[in-house]
Amino acid sequence: MDFFRSHVLICGGTGCHASGSDDLIEEFDRLIEEKKLQREVKVVRTGCFGLCELGPVVIVYPEGAFYSRVNKEDVQEIVEEHLIKGRIVKRLLYHDSIAKDDTIKSLSDVGFYKKQKRITLRNCGVIDPENIDEYIAFDGYKALAKVLTEMSREEVIQTIKLSGLRGRGGGGFPTGLKWEFTYRAKGDKKYVCCNADEGDPGAFMDRSILEGDPHSVLEAMAIAGYAVGSDQGYIYVRAEYPIAVRRLNIAIEQAREYGLLGNNIFGSGFNFDIELRLGAGAFVCGEETALMASIEGKRGEPRPRPPFPASKGLFGKPTLLNNVETYANIPPIILKGSEWFSSIGTEGSKGTKVFALGGNINNTGLLEIPMGTTLREIVYEIGGGIPGGKEFKAAQTGGPSGGCIPASHLDTPIDYDSLMEVGSMMGSGGLIVMDEDTCMVDIARFFLDFTVEESCGKCPPCRIGTKRMLEILDRITSGKGQEGDIEKLETLAKNIKASALCGLGQTAPNPVLSTLRYFRDEYEAHIKEKKCPAGACTALLTYTIIDDLCKGCSLCAKHCPVEAISGKPKSPYVIDQEKCIKCGVCMEKCPFKAIEKK
Amino acid sequence: MKSIKELEEIRKKTLEKVNLRKDRKGTRVVVGMATCGIAAGARPVLLSFVEEINKRKLMDVTVSQTGCIGVCRLEPIVEVYKPGQDKVTYVKMTPDKVAKVVSEHIVNDRPVIEYTIGYVENRQNK
Ligand SMILES: Cc1cc2nc3c(=O)[nH]c(=O)nc-3n(C[C@H](O)[C@H](O)[C@H](O)COP(=O)(O)O)c2cc1C
Ligand code: SF4
Repeated sequence: MDFFRSHVLICGGTGCHASGSDDLIEEFDRLIEEKKLQREVKVVRTGCFGLCELGPVVIVYPEGAFYSRVNKEDVQEIVEEHLIKGRIVKRLLYHDSIAKDDTIKSLSDVGFYKKQKRITLRNCGVIDPENIDEYIAFDGYKALAKVLTEMSREEVIQTIKLSGLRGRGGGGFPTGLKWEFTYRAKGDKKYVCCNADEGDPGAFMDRSILEGDPHSVLEAMAIAGYAVGSDQGYIYVRAEYPIAVRRLNIAIEQAREYGLLGNNIFGSGFNFDIELRLGAGAFVCGEETALMASIEGKRGEPRPRPPFPASKGLFGKPTLLNNVETYANIPPIILKGSEWFSSIGTEGSKGTKVFALGGNINNTGLLEIPMGTTLREIVYEIGGGIPGGKEFKAAQTGGPSGGCIPASHLDTPIDYDSLMEVGSMMGSGGLIVMDEDTCMVDIARFFLDFTVEESCGKCPPCRIGTKRMLEILDRITSGKGQEGDIEKLETLAKNIKASALCGLGQTAPNPVLSTLRYFRDEYEAHIKEKKCPAGACTALLTYTIIDDLCKGCSLCAKHCPVEAISGKPKSPYVIDQEKCIKCGVCMEKCPFKAIEKK
Repeated sequence: MKSIKELEEIRKKTLEKVNLRKDRKGTRVVVGMATCGIAAGARPVLLSFVEEINKRKLMDVTVSQTGCIGVCRLEPIVEVYKPGQDKVTYVKMTPDKVAKVVSEHIVNDRPVIEYTIGYVENRQNK
């Protein structure tokens, strides 16, 4: 054990990794050695801090200095000024972390973190995920020890039931009940699975937990194994998450070495081990029956339910399947009790939820909020508002299965039931903010395009129905919408929802239905007036030259790539709408702002 | 295979290492490390603090540096902040004075008067 006077925490999550955090670590190591600070200063690679927008992020303790967008060239300054002379490098501090009196705010007082409550992300950005001892330091594996030595299987299930925890994978099914069903199911062999497929576009909650705190999932799965009577766990993780896969492998190795996985854990007679299964990244493989088929080595296609996995799952045996984030909640619930957990959140939704915040928002990144926090708080306080002084138009939750929440519902508390009421859903935690320049028909088209691409094709309503819907949306956004298209969309949506085999198809029409609910006038404008009110659908734009402002300088005509502009110098020019490809170059080049986009 | 007791030992031992990363209210030792401080020998003093705290496995102490404290002729200067108590400023510190400050002041709450700024200044004025 060594006491280091200073710890340099460097984010090694995928976001910061991509923006070069590995180079930073190398540079810190090199300079610290050069300055002979190895015995005083410790460099730690952690999981995601959440503010990916500002990456790579470096936090130096004990001061808690939060350095953002650190370059390799900045490292020398941090080492020489901060680590040697104790002078914080103000220039690199995250602006929001500097208090009025010029001191550094505690991280929990910074706008982005203030309203957050980190339960599942408790260790992310704090511990070294490749070091089991650091996980143990913050009470890791204590919950497993507790259930194995002090609690009966029934007590464990009761605790989870009373906590009110619901599945974080999208469905929101009560976790304790699922555990009870699997516990009750008859079978000589049972399995515990973790769904780490995370296929929603833009979502990276589960990845961040696996990268930042892999042991929390392993510990929870072992607890679940004890509760339902299983000795074998599988984690189904997508191969596109190489850092998560590597850290999971390291974590499993370390846990086995310590005897926290394997036979006779804590001398209790309980055996449990975990294996990884890599998925190829098909969205439909996140669906539970498809996921299990894929683990069995078959094609990842859904099958009808019932039978549900709890009675007939993996290899035909009773199987418990939970999401990564669901599991990460388990150890704190066991240690702090169901009452503690159920005191957080709302009536029907307990605890917290992790969101990946993206789109037109200042602080893109990862956040964890108590259930019941309003959308307004997320967008304007945690998210820091919309860039460029633009107006908020809508937020999309639930990815391709979810819907849009318009500005009139900004005060909606984020919980399972309220989101359903406004026509969206919690989903797994993608949260995309859209500003006034976003076309809602185009957004619906984007998500439907994704579903059509990802449909496994097993059942016709989904395979053919979603394709028909996409064709109509393509038509509308390219200015060829017809009278009656909206009604056709609605009929198709209704039929697909009622007859598709799995959740993918059943929820695929949601983005269209919810945008129709709140932005029907935008659909109508596209169809009837051939106009895109947000000015986003290029096919519907017209560029025109305002005669009064045009000085006849001919710049536009020179730059137009298709020679659509003609005229005589010193008199107004005209754009030939037939030839125009709506690239907007003329508007950019006009020194007199004489070109109008409508 | 690890027993619960061993787990607890790992927890305690590692917590001492990582505890620094949580916002805490413990004792702060601040060493003046501007040019004047470094010239006067502040680094060996800082290192001695780190070593001494290490040896005694003190969990609730952080050691940090600061710029010039302002009285260059009295460097190396070390300030000790204990929660709820006035700051104590030690001047003309040397590595061999560190053990006493740690054992007397940080552990037993008895500031080492003869190293403090008030004492040294008074004596110099006489
Ligand atoms: C098309 C489709 C994709 C899904 N993808 C995921 C996923 O990536 N991760 C996940 O945990 N659950 C996903 N689910 C939900 C799972 O089927 C299942 O309900 C969930 O993993 C159960 O865990 P929970 O109760 O802890 O939420 C998906 C469902 C459907 C229909
Ligand atoms: S609904 Fe779509 S994804 Fe699901 S089984 Fe049918 S075709 Fe496959």
